[in-house]
Amino acid sequence: MSLYAFIGAWEQGLVYGLMVLGVYLTFRVLDFPDLTVDGSLPLGAAVSGAMIVHGVDPFLSLGAAVLAGALAGAVTAVLSTKLRIMSLLASIITMTALYSINIRIMGRPNLTLLNKPTIFQSLNFFGMPQYLLVPCVFLVIVVICKILLDLFLHTQMGLALQATGDNPQMIRSQGVNTDTMIILGVSLSNALVALAGGLVAQSQGFADVGMGIGTIVAGLASVILGESLVGSHSVVRHTFAVLVGSVVYRLAIVVALSYQVGVLRLTPSDLNLITAVLVVICLTVPLLREKMRFKRA
Amino acid sequence: MLEISNLTKTFNRGSINEVTAIRSLSCFVNKGDFVTVIGSNGAGKSTLLNLVAGSYLPDEGVIRLGGRDVTTWPEHKRAAYIGRVFQNPLSGTCASMSIEENFAMASRRGRGVRLKWGVTRRDRAFFKDKLRLLGLGLEHRLKDKVGLLSGGQRQSLTLLMATLRRPRLLLLDEHTAALDPRTAQQVLQLTAEIIREMELTAVMVTHNMRHALELGNRLIMMHQGRIIMDVAGEKKSALSVQDLLHEFSNLRGDEIADDKLLLI
Repeated sequence: MSLYAFIGAWEQGLVYGLMVLGVYLTFRVLDFPDLTVDGSLPLGAAVSGAMIVHGVDPFLSLGAAVLAGALAGAVTAVLSTKLRIMSLLASIITMTALYSINIRIMGRPNLTLLNKPTIFQSLNFFGMPQYLLVPCVFLVIVVICKILLDLFLHTQMGLALQATGDNPQMIRSQGVNTDTMIILGVSLSNALVALAGGLVAQSQGFADVGMGIGTIVAGLASVILGESLVGSHSVVRHTFAVLVGSVVYRLAIVVALSYQVGVLRLTPSDLNLITAVLVVICLTVPLLREKMRFKRA
Repeated sequence: MLEISNLTKTFNRGSINEVTAIRSLSCFVNKGDFVTVIGSNGAGKSTLLNLVAGSYLPDEGVIRLGGRDVTTWPEHKRAAYIGRVFQNPLSGTCASMSIEENFAMASRRGRGVRLKWGVTRRDRAFFKDKLRLLGLGLEHRLKDKVGLLSGGQRQSLTLLMATLRRPRLLLLDEHTAALDPRTAQQVLQLTAEIIREMELTAVMVTHNMRHALELGNRLIMMHQGRIIMDVAGEKKSALSVQDLLHEFSNLRGDEIADDKLLLI
């Protein structure tokens, strides 16, 4: 693995770490399987990219991306809670609709941001080279978001959100509207995912309607990987774990792509297949371990 | 305090499985009443509590709580007035969260949640005082996850949580049925103490006739969605298990062969 590839993996691991925090929030905290992320990641990229092309400040465009992501999440959550559509199906509906919406926002299936202003130009105080600056900016943003999320989950509202995922009957009988909590949590989750999308677009210099495919599977893989490596005893540790998982996942991908097995050489387009297999392995290992123990006993 | 008039609830209406769980039931619970409710399986006891708590909405009838018509209020809104303990010891607490976090949520019952710190130092001192009453040593385990505790411990916690802020009405739905006899007795004793000390209005559903007679100042017997017996005060004190069994056989005729469903 070259140094560039190594730094590149860190960069991706950190920026997609924001997405993974969002996936953690829905899948783990709320117990709400949400596939909206495959649409809200490119949504964030599309909103941020289109605004920059139209001359809006890059920071402002990220704010708009966050709001757009939250709105997408809210749509999924309302479909699920108020219209009683199964959560998985509700999120697929939103994801599908977002495909068309993202093309509308960009005016075409993809946008280039070459020679357009991005947040990285205005943040380059020390004249760092781009390949170092970008991961550093991502690190700062991810750490801020992680700390804010940790703090939020320990507020009264955050506790109610956690309880909604753990035992909705209990928290309803304590006077909390679980529908409101689900709408809040799924919106927050997709806001983080859209922020990741906007940052990816600005760092890579383009936004593409297809860039969200496989996001949820990568997110899940990162969450599971991080949990098994770091553990999930407390909220603070759990959010740290999923970020570690995100970086390790991207490093593992780079390694996998750099090896040649016989005539078979993996290409970036094999990524989703590798990820899918990885998720299956991660999910079945506990079951297999259990079976092995049973046989031995 | 609690006023129920002409309440009717039918499940699976219009299908082959249609069951009328509550049939135009009316009942008035006075402030300070401690009502025990008995009846065989399917009598509608739990459905009645769920209707009062707002877990289900009735087909017909009116429920008034402290003078307010709450018939169409959702469950979380009624929670401001109602404390609940469920039959399943796992239902009343969050397993993945700590004891203090569970208590913190209970201490916000009916007051709404804000973006303020969830568990403060002052909360902790208050929770410790409350937990000490249990005598289970849980006051030293505030940070432990509730999932680590036994069913009896969790049910005791749920009871404390339901009464952490004084509820206008305490609903207990066979809350000792899933516990072993010794633990059940302890939880029951705690229930009686809390209700007496806080002077609560309470409705306790039970399968156990002895418990129904020992506790409370009023006893209601339900059968097929109706109240078939309602005694209070000295008349209740004079009742025995034999009287209750007799009452059952009178009203149910040949169905008394079913009396395994009733625990003595």
